Amino acid sequence: MNLIVCVKQVFDPETPAASFKIDPEKKRAIPPKEKPMVISPYDESAVEAALKVKDANAGTKVTVLSMGGDSAKEVIKHGLAMGGDEGVQLTDPAFDDSDSFATASILAEAIKKIGPCDIIFCGRQEADWDAGQVGSGIAELLGIPSVTAIKKIQVKDGTAVVERILPDGYEVVEVPLPVLVTVSNEIGEPRYATLKGIMAAAKKKVTNWSSKDVPAVAAKNKMLKLFIPVREAKCEFITGETPEEAGAKLAVRLREAKLF
Amino acid sequence: MSENKGVLIVGELLEGKLASITGELLGIGRKLADSLGQNLSAVLIGSGVGDLANEAVALGADKVYVIDNPMFKDYLTDAYVGALEKLVKETNPEIVLLGQTATGRDLGPRLGFRLGTGVTLDCVALAIDPETKLMQKTKPVYGGNALAMYVGEDRPQMATIRVKSMEPLPKDASRKGEVKAFDPALDASKVRGKMVNRVKEEVAGIKLEDAAVVICGGRGMGGPDPFKTVLADLAKMLNGAVGATRPPCDSGWVPTINQIGLTGKIVAPTLYIGIALSGSSQHLAGMTGSKNIVAINKDGEANIFGVSHFGVVGDYKKVLPAFVAKCKELVAK
Repeated sequence: MNLIVCVKQVFDPETPAASFKIDPEKKRAIPPKEKPMVISPYDESAVEAALKVKDANAGTKVTVLSMGGDSAKEVIKHGLAMGGDEGVQLTDPAFDDSDSFATASILAEAIKKIGPCDIIFCGRQEADWDAGQVGSGIAELLGIPSVTAIKKIQVKDGTAVVERILPDGYEVVEVPLPVLVTVSNEIGEPRYATLKGIMAAAKKKVTNWSSKDVPAVAAKNKMLKLFIPVREAKCEFITGETPEEAGAKLAVRLREAKLF
Repeated sequence: MSENKGVLIVGELLEGKLASITGELLGIGRKLADSLGQNLSAVLIGSGVGDLANEAVALGADKVYVIDNPMFKDYLTDAYVGALEKLVKETNPEIVLLGQTATGRDLGPRLGFRLGTGVTLDCVALAIDPETKLMQKTKPVYGGNALAMYVGEDRPQMATIRVKSMEPLPKDASRKGEVKAFDPALDASKVRGKMVNRVKEEVAGIKLEDAAVVICGGRGMGGPDPFKTVLADLAKMLNGAVGATRPPCDSGWVPTINQIGLTGKIVAPTLYIGIALSGSSQHLAGMTGSKNIVAINKDGEANIFGVSHFGVVGDYKKVLPAFVAKCKELVAK
């Protein structure tokens, strides 16, 4: 089988709110100092899901695909170090202002160019713009079925049996291949890239494509502004001689405020 | 081609009733329709929709399309997208709104791409620009660290709205509206995929999203036990429910259905008590709609205090038992 995983490089989403900065003119976030870029966490779950299918199906090839700047190669290498086989990188300044529509369109074209594929894996949403629609968009553009926010996938007889997360549990859906799935963290802890894996990744092939290979697409949505919401910090701190006293005083204060 | 006109909301059903998101969609849909001087329609899709259409009218709809067919009993992407595509093409709405629910976040983008329009998911504010008459769609980005406002010129303009971010209108049984059956005439053989099974993970006691009091624990709880003992005790006493941030769920201390946050449950209780959690933007996105927020944390610099009304800086192992004991004493009085 041929599997493709779409991954994206993002600022470390663990960056605390206090050190998160934006440039409102350029409508961009400012990279936090001394924090390396990382693979978007749900995309790492998507790589894990693809590798699970590879583990269970001998002769499966996993291609890691990413659109981004030059450094996007790092997240492709990360996927390859985890166990992916080949990488494709889409880099061109013409791709820079892509919204979800443009991104999905460019990725869908790249997927067609890579060749026939059985399952496409994406993270359920990326950790920067939180758009959450590139996966569904790719599926729609390719005319294949999609199942979003999954926590388990098994392949048998040309169909994928997937577990899709619901607020009160999950549902089991059976879909014919080819299919696109978006993966949630419930798939389980992504495997570590071992030293051996990292060394092997260095030798694996990464193909570079620009807008000459896969044309850029115009965005549908325009961002009018980007801003940091004003939060009124008006916390009333309850203190005491000891933590126990503070706890008891908190109860009294909440009772006064008629909160219980 | 006729002009695009009106606002269409895609309602949702839950266990034979209108889901609360439907009221929220009707509330914001009514506002947008009024500012455009246009009509508000709703579509209810499922099997056994019954009298719910009249309820949607009472909640603000001028017209309700009912797509009622056993084919739509379970949510299947292909079937729902196909049905809505037909309705939208026939009725030409200016705006289409869905809920940011398990259904809406799957259906919204797929429908938007099929219609060739730009969708914006998880909006917390929607408004009509008085000059351009375009819908301005505001949504949290970077896990809630920032907000971005988008606008798109294609029709229909589409968005999903975050659960509990909009107010429903009070129910008015005297409101008049038109109810119309709509048959999308879908070819069932074209629907790819089938529902094999639905597994409910039952939670004892009050459901997190319905609870008036939410007790939430974070990574600092240190393990699964405190969730079952001290947090459960407190929840029981205050008639509330226990939730968790993402790390305790990822570590397997707490079932993931109890996760509160951007990709978990969105809660907006009267009283929220956050214990030993830092307040990551991921989590804040799921709870800042709470009316009264209380935090107990060792680190006085933690983000959670930035959104709290009451706070205690200290080790929860010492603060919490004394807090619970005093609460019990006060309740008994």
